[in-house]
Amino acid sequence: MTNAVEIRNIDKQFVLRHTRSIKEAIVWLAKGRKGDLSEKFYALSDVSIDIEQGDTVALLGFNGSGKSTLLKHISGVMLPDSGTVHTRGRVAGLIEVGAGFHPDLSGRDNVFLNGAILGMSEAQINERFDSIIEFAEIGQFIDTEVKFYSSGMYLRLAFSVAVHTDPEVFLVDEILAVGDEPFQRKCIDKIKELAGEGKTLVVVSHDLDLVSRICQRGILLEQGKVRFDGPIDAAVARLRGDG
Amino acid sequence: MSSAESGLVRPGFGAGLADVFRSRFLLRLLVSKELKVRYRGSVLGLLWSYVKPGVQFVVFYVALGLFLGLERGMQNYAVYLFSGIVLINFFSEALANAARSIVNNGGLIKKIYLPRELFPVASVWVSAVHFVPQMAVLLLGCFMAGWHPSLLQLVAAVAGFLVVGMLAIGLGLFFGSANVYFRDSENFVDMLLMLATWASPVMYSWPMVRNQLGDVGFAIYQTNPLTIGVEAFHYAFWYPTTDGTAAVPPNLLALWIPVGLVVSAVILFLGQLTFRRLEGRFAQEL
Repeated sequence: MTNAVEIRNIDKQFVLRHTRSIKEAIVWLAKGRKGDLSEKFYALSDVSIDIEQGDTVALLGFNGSGKSTLLKHISGVMLPDSGTVHTRGRVAGLIEVGAGFHPDLSGRDNVFLNGAILGMSEAQINERFDSIIEFAEIGQFIDTEVKFYSSGMYLRLAFSVAVHTDPEVFLVDEILAVGDEPFQRKCIDKIKELAGEGKTLVVVSHDLDLVSRICQRGILLEQGKVRFDGPIDAAVARLRGDG
Repeated sequence: MSSAESGLVRPGFGAGLADVFRSRFLLRLLVSKELKVRYRGSVLGLLWSYVKPGVQFVVFYVALGLFLGLERGMQNYAVYLFSGIVLINFFSEALANAARSIVNNGGLIKKIYLPRELFPVASVWVSAVHFVPQMAVLLLGCFMAGWHPSLLQLVAAVAGFLVVGMLAIGLGLFFGSANVYFRDSENFVDMLLMLATWASPVMYSWPMVRNQLGDVGFAIYQTNPLTIGVEAFHYAFWYPTTDGTAAVPPNLLALWIPVGLVVSAVILFLGQLTFRRLEGRFAQEL
C-alpha cells in the first residue's frame, strides 16, 4: 500500500501572548533583547505519522491536545516550524462546514462558491448539483438567501457540498453533530460509504462511540505528542482509562 | 526520501499568482459574490457607482475649476479632471479593499487552504468592474467635448490602466499580508491614498510641478507609476478633445509609460515575494 499522508517529525510552536505595543517592544530592546518578547508553547512536538491509502484514522485526545492543529497541517492551512508533511491526491476538509458560505447569497450561489473553495471545478459542480440538493433536502429553498435558512438547513447544505467534493483524503473535524437525528445518521452512513469506497479518512471527534464505529485506527495525542497509535478500540480504552 | 516519489505534494506550498490563474473559476465566483453583496438592500443598487463619482466630480469642478479658476487656464478642464479622477478612484478602491482582504476573509483562510492571493486579486478585479460605469460617464463627457482619439492614444490608455492595476495588486499583496501582523498597515494605506490624489497631476497640470521642482525634481515626480497612469489617461481622453496646443509631458510614450510598466511590475514582484514570506503564518495570526 502507498501512503496518502506522510508526516515526519513536525513541530509547531504557538505564541501565547502577542506583544503589539511599541512601548513594550522598546523596553524589550533597551533591556538588550533579553528573553522572548512573547511566551511560546508547543502545539505539536515531534509528530510522525504515516497514513496509508484507505486508512480510517481517528485523532483522539482532550481539548488542546493538538488534534485540530494536526488536521490543519494536513490540509495545508498551517505550515510546520520544522519537519515535513506530504500528501498524495486531493485533500478536502469537512472542517467547520459552511466556513465559505455567505449569508446574503442564495443557496445555489453558495453551492457554487463553496464547491469552488473546496476545490471543485465548474463542470464537477454542475454535474453534482442535483445530487447535492437532493442530499441536503433543501428542495425549493435553493434560490433563497441562506440567511433565511434554519440552522439545520444551512448545515445540511454545507455538509452536502463538502461530501460531494470527492477527494482522495477526507479530513473531518467535529462536524458529525449536524442537523436532526435522521440527517445525522445519513451523514454517518455517507462517511462510512466513503470509507467503504477506499477513501482515506482522518476524523477528529470527541464522540468516542461514533469514531469507534467509523474508524479502524486511533491516534491518541497528548500535549502535542503522539501517545498511542494502534487499533481504535485500544486507543479509545486508553483515552477513557486516562480520563 | 519519499518526497521524490510522484504524486506526493507538500500541502500549503502554492505557486502564488500562478495558482490564482489556475483557480480562475473560484476567482470569478469571489468577484461576483462581492458585486452581488456590495449594494445589497439598497434601492439605487449599481447606480451608486455612477452617483458617487458624479458628485465627487461636481464638487471638485466647482471648487477647483470655478472658484480657483483652473477652468480659465485650460481647455475642457472638466474632462481633464474627470479622466484623472476615475483612475485614482479605481486605484484607491482597489488598494483599500485589497489591504483589508486577507483580514476580512480570515475566517476562511484559517479553516481551508486555498491560494490566498485570490483575495487581493479579487478586490482589484471588483474595483475594475466598478471602474466600468465611471469610464462610461467619462466617454460620454469626451464625446460631448469632441473626442477624436488616435489608436496610439487608446493604447496609451490601456497601458496606463495596466500600470495602475499592477501597482494596486502589488501594493495590495504587500499591505494585505502585512495587515495580518500589524493592523497599522490598513491605516497607513488610507494615508497613502490621501496622498495619491495630490501626488499626481489630477487636480493641477504637470507644468506647474516642473516649474516648481525643476527638471531633476520633475523626473523623480514622474517615476511614480500613478502619475504616469494619470498622464496616459490625460493623453488618451483629454488631449484629443483639445485643439492640440496643450503640452503633453515630454517622452511620455517613449520613456515614461515603459518606466511605469517596469516599476509596477517590480512592485508586483516584490509584493508577491513579501506575501509568500508572510502567508505561512496567516492561519495562526489571524
